[in-house]
Amino acid sequence: MVNPVTEIKKPVLRIQNLHVSYDKNDKGKYAVANVSADIKKDQITAIMGPSGCGKSSLLRALNRMHELYPNIVTQGKIFLNDVDISKLSNIELRRKIGMVFQSPNPFPSMSIYENVVAGYKLNGIKQKKNQRDEIVEKSLKDVALWNEVKDALHKRGNFLSGGQQQRLCIARALAFQPDVILLDEPTSALDPVATSKIEDLLIKLKKNYSIVLVTHNMAQAARISDYSMFMYLGELVEYGKTKDMFTNPSDKRTEEYLMGKFG
Amino acid sequence: MEDQKVIVDKLSSKSKDARRKASNGIFHGLVILFSLITITPIILIILNLVEKGYRQINLHFFTQIAPDSWDAMQAISQGKLIPGGILNGITGTFMMVGMASIIAIPLGIMIGIFLYENGNKRYANFIRDITDILQGAPSIVLGLIAYLWVVKYITHGFSALAGAVSLAIMMLPLIIRPTEETFKMIPNTIKEAGVALGVPYHKIILKVMMPTGLSGLMTGILLALSRVIGETAPLMLTALGSQYVSFDITKPASAIPLLIWNFYNDPNLVNLIWSSSLSLVAMVLALNLISKRIASKRK
Amino acid sequence: MNSEKVTKNLLFVASIILILLAAGMVLTLASGSIPVFEKFGIQFIWSNKWNPTAGREQYGALPFIAGTIITSVLALIICLPLAFSASLFIGEFYKGTFFAKIIGTMVDLLAGIPSIVYGLWGFYYLRPMIVKLGLNAQGFGVFTASIILAIMIIPYATSISTEIISLVPNHLKEAAYSLGATRMEVIWNVTVPAARSGIIASYILALGRALGETMAVTMLIGNDNHIPKSIFGIGNTMASVIANQFGEAEGSKLSALIAIGLLLFVITGLINAAGKFIIKKLA
Repeated sequence: MVNPVTEIKKPVLRIQNLHVSYDKNDKGKYAVANVSADIKKDQITAIMGPSGCGKSSLLRALNRMHELYPNIVTQGKIFLNDVDISKLSNIELRRKIGMVFQSPNPFPSMSIYENVVAGYKLNGIKQKKNQRDEIVEKSLKDVALWNEVKDALHKRGNFLSGGQQQRLCIARALAFQPDVILLDEPTSALDPVATSKIEDLLIKLKKNYSIVLVTHNMAQAARISDYSMFMYLGELVEYGKTKDMFTNPSDKRTEEYLMGKFG
Repeated sequence: MEDQKVIVDKLSSKSKDARRKASNGIFHGLVILFSLITITPIILIILNLVEKGYRQINLHFFTQIAPDSWDAMQAISQGKLIPGGILNGITGTFMMVGMASIIAIPLGIMIGIFLYENGNKRYANFIRDITDILQGAPSIVLGLIAYLWVVKYITHGFSALAGAVSLAIMMLPLIIRPTEETFKMIPNTIKEAGVALGVPYHKIILKVMMPTGLSGLMTGILLALSRVIGETAPLMLTALGSQYVSFDITKPASAIPLLIWNFYNDPNLVNLIWSSSLSLVAMVLALNLISKRIASKRK
Repeated sequence: MNSEKVTKNLLFVASIILILLAAGMVLTLASGSIPVFEKFGIQFIWSNKWNPTAGREQYGALPFIAGTIITSVLALIICLPLAFSASLFIGEFYKGTFFAKIIGTMVDLLAGIPSIVYGLWGFYYLRPMIVKLGLNAQGFGVFTASIILAIMIIPYATSISTEIISLVPNHLKEAAYSLGATRMEVIWNVTVPAARSGIIASYILALGRALGETMAVTMLIGNDNHIPKSIFGIGNTMASVIANQFGEAEGSKLSALIAIGLLLFVITGLINAAGKFIIKKLA
């Protein structure tokens, strides 16, 4: 039943007693309440739940995105490969954990090429041109965009379709070879064809990357994830192998959600 | 695969990250510092005006005309406050700004409505461009125009009318744009409700649209007034200034900013610049404040 | 004719009045300039001689064109770091906070101070500082005028750019943060490029303001009818020479001042058109 290989591998992320609150003054009200979980390496972990359940808040705690907003308070511990992320600088952490957002957001002032290596530029990492060319080509090939854009690398990305733009954003996150990629409902703004392309891509990418995917689309979680979390009202209700959860949920709330009773 | 990771780690050493964080902190500090420098002058100006001007401010200051140089010199030599006030400036300002309003407000509102009615037509865009050009025109140039039109050909001498004309040209674009914006914000359904009832067109504008957008129009008008009330340069070329309270629009007239200019140029009266400036700034800022109040209530 | 037609015609007539007004202004300035151009030719524009002595009259606009451009550009340069910082303070770093409101209100107040009051403040408070610093013996001159001008145009340089900076979408900035960028790197690489045209437009409009400012400049620039020798030297701008010499002007001299007014009108018109063009492209 249990795949021995994945069990032996250490978890890439360990979340311990995580709390996220959006109100400094009312710490009793949590968007994420006391969540503990280990995220498996080189697997796709989906976080599901009705809107407002705290799934995005959980995801954004993993790369300390909440620090941008002073009113958000995060408590608890998160370890990335056994290193406490609060001990890392947020610069370093975010280089190790890539993020893809709900709607495609390539930088409009940069060309496709510049977008892929934007992380290097933003971090002030200088490289020779042929090295840069290599990274761009490899990252774009990884997201199966190379053939579509190789003749327009130095044009701005605004003529790309939504799906292409989102793959460009994934390439931008991949260019750093992060340990983990966080995706926040990456296909919610896309049509079914573009969605299935992204899903195929994620399955391919999990060979080398650990992927955490927030989705409100149960079918998507069932199609591509290895592990699933179900969150409700900030709580982690159930976490386990996707197959097990979908066939035999252990909590009544999970069962109701999967039957379409809410959300 | 793996080597790329090594490159990233190597090129982004901890010391480099620390440097980046430090320059980020310095940048943040500079932004705060420069922002504080930006607001220093306004604080100093208001403090200096109050500190040097408050002593002269009393009821007489607003009910008496400007003193002549001789009286002021005697008062100074006896160590007394300079007598007199700025009444002739106040009446002149009110008369000229009032006349300018009578010319500019109805015309400006009509042109604003015309722009609203004609949307993006080429002719309307042309009118918008002209409005922009007028708005950018230096006030001294408007003074020259009013001089050449009114002083030379109508009143044959410096006059309140000429001053009013220069201020009116200045006000016009400041009324046109807010009027158009205000009318654009009124939901079409309100206009259609009037049309559906068979109300004549001019009545829809006067009785339905204008009252609905009244606060927007008022905001624009008050801001326009606050801009022209402090103008000096065009009045120097047109109204010239006067020592007395005069309501003859064909004769020279004073205004508060003109009085400040006269005081500044007369060593015996120079102490009056602070109290008159304080009064003028208070008027301008009060108009600004009221218009902002109205605007924020609308939202 | 029904009431709708009458009203529409009335509004149309109002728009015609505006055209007549603008056309009349240009024609009046142009015809008032004719005598000086007839007497001194087109060289009037680039001649640097200004001599009103009867019998040896000679007029050229160059000293004032130069003075105007030098003071205004210098004012813009002084204003830039201040206005840009204020825009970032209000629209990025402290967006929506109490501090941003305070700074924003103060910057708005700057626009409400009349030009003549800036002139007085510059004369009695700023000028002594310039003297103390030893930049100029009397404290008058291009530099003093430029500092006051810089303060005066801050609200114009700040208003549009603050709005555009605050409108840069959050998801773009978050994308950059998620790649490990610091706030400064996000500002320079994402926010400023995205807001670029709006920022440039507001600085151009601020420059347009500076070109036409009269009273404060007249009171501080030193009123000398020569091309300024340095940025600490004295000079005159187009607006300040009109204000300064208009009182005693007749004949050729009046015509020369009108011609300078026409040139000023054209220059500010072009600068403002450039700014408005960029804003239109933005929208």
